[in-house]
Amino acid sequence: MFWQQLLNGVALGSTYALIALGYTMVYGIITLINFAHGEIFMAGAFTGLCLVSYFKTNIFVAILAAMVVCMILGVVMEFIAYRPLRRSSRLSALISAIGVSIFLSSLALMIFGADAKGFPDTSFPVRLIRVGSAEISTLQLLIIGISALLMLALQFIVQKTKIGKAMRATSEDYNTAALMGINVNRIISFTFAIGSALAAAGGVLVGVLFNAVSFNMGLMAGLKAFAAAVLGGIGSIPGAMLGGLLLGISEVFGVAIGYSSYRDAIAFAILVLVLLIRPTGLLGKKIVKKV
Amino acid sequence: MLEVEGLSVNYGAIRALRQVTFSIAKGEIVALIGANGAGKSTILNTISGIVPAAAGKINFLGKDLTKTPPHRIVELGICQVPEGRRVFARMSVQENLEMGAYTRTDSREVSRDLDAIYQRFPRLGERRKQPARTLSGGEQQMLAMGRALMARPKLLLLDEPSMGLAPMLVETIFGIIQEISKEGTTILLVEQNANMALGIADRGYVLETGEVVVQGPAAELAANPEVRKAYLGE
Repeated sequence: MFWQQLLNGVALGSTYALIALGYTMVYGIITLINFAHGEIFMAGAFTGLCLVSYFKTNIFVAILAAMVVCMILGVVMEFIAYRPLRRSSRLSALISAIGVSIFLSSLALMIFGADAKGFPDTSFPVRLIRVGSAEISTLQLLIIGISALLMLALQFIVQKTKIGKAMRATSEDYNTAALMGINVNRIISFTFAIGSALAAAGGVLVGVLFNAVSFNMGLMAGLKAFAAAVLGGIGSIPGAMLGGLLLGISEVFGVAIGYSSYRDAIAFAILVLVLLIRPTGLLGKKIVKKV
Repeated sequence: MLEVEGLSVNYGAIRALRQVTFSIAKGEIVALIGANGAGKSTILNTISGIVPAAAGKINFLGKDLTKTPPHRIVELGICQVPEGRRVFARMSVQENLEMGAYTRTDSREVSRDLDAIYQRFPRLGERRKQPARTLSGGEQQMLAMGRALMARPKLLLLDEPSMGLAPMLVETIFGIIQEISKEGTTILLVEQNANMALGIADRGYVLETGEVVVQGPAAELAANPEVRKAYLGE
């Protein structure tokens, strides 16, 4: 029972982690909580759904296509809604983010209607595999596998590639990065592209997992992933991964011990606790005021 | 090489620079001295493009820099060692140096320059895998200078390289600045330590509340009674 729940928690938590990464990376660079990030996740889920339903592609193609579409969406969103406000107060950008969020979910409501849509049964063959006392479904394997793969790829990009190092430099010190010849605007676009692609993959996976894609799915998922990012330490990439997993596991165990009606409250209780006890999160850096 | 003409900069309603005019010829070391808040760092940051100019021209090798983005200015051959060193604290020493070479595409030459930096600063070589925050103040200053040199700048801007360093280290750093100059890099040096700066500079400019008030050959400035009184502690 314990192992079964842990497994369920890890699968759910991986999807939170995928979304949380986008929050944390964007925050790390421009200290903006991109409240439209949950809607990128929703857009990814719809893109995947359309491809599987209308174009009969397999799930892997759908995930890849959703990632590409959302990459573009993320970059365009930054360019239109955030870049012009770069030198304004942080509050203006935050309000703009909420505006984008409302715009994207209303757009989805107009196009797809208010009902949740499901993936066709044929989109992914779900089988159960026995491992000891637990059962793992092929769907959970898919979710955990793809999430792990994407997070490894992200880690490689951030740690080893030139543009990844420039991302870290920019997130440490925006002005000095510019003084080194780093085109900071390009790095910001790149960060939005990567974060949005991860959220899109999360969107398709969650859509298949719960077999429901709806215009407002980004709201709750986005808020929970935001809580996960804060739990791990906003701005920290490993923190977002850890926070996502912990949140997923807590939620599943909370439901298992009988608090199923408080399912969504668990994430926010954790958020409040973290902010009270350790506002920098588990792996967050200490906030040092620059003089 | 660099001609700054009538440069004014505003921070909101505050005028930080007023009609500043100066020039640097190829191969020179030029010192900008003045008290805290006189506008020295503002001049460097305006040249580097991270502070916008309100009026005036900055001409570098025949190109106007006032509308050029910071990363293009580095490509044109100007790199800055910012005040307070500003190394990337959580990145390794080697990664910091790689960031200095960000605009370059000649990877073989870059790794040759990296070796040269490690030869010039052996302490950095010993610590290449350590995060930059674990370095001492003097080592961080060397790292910040090495990082800027990795860009192979034609003009190197140095902002307060002596800040917070022990006198012996200041001597070392100024010795290195002279070496860099001898190797053919033009240098614009901003310093509160006017004594040291005028000691190695060819020419100097004295700034007061955003304006150039005195200028001339470094030896002349060092002998000027008013400059001595105001900035050399006499």
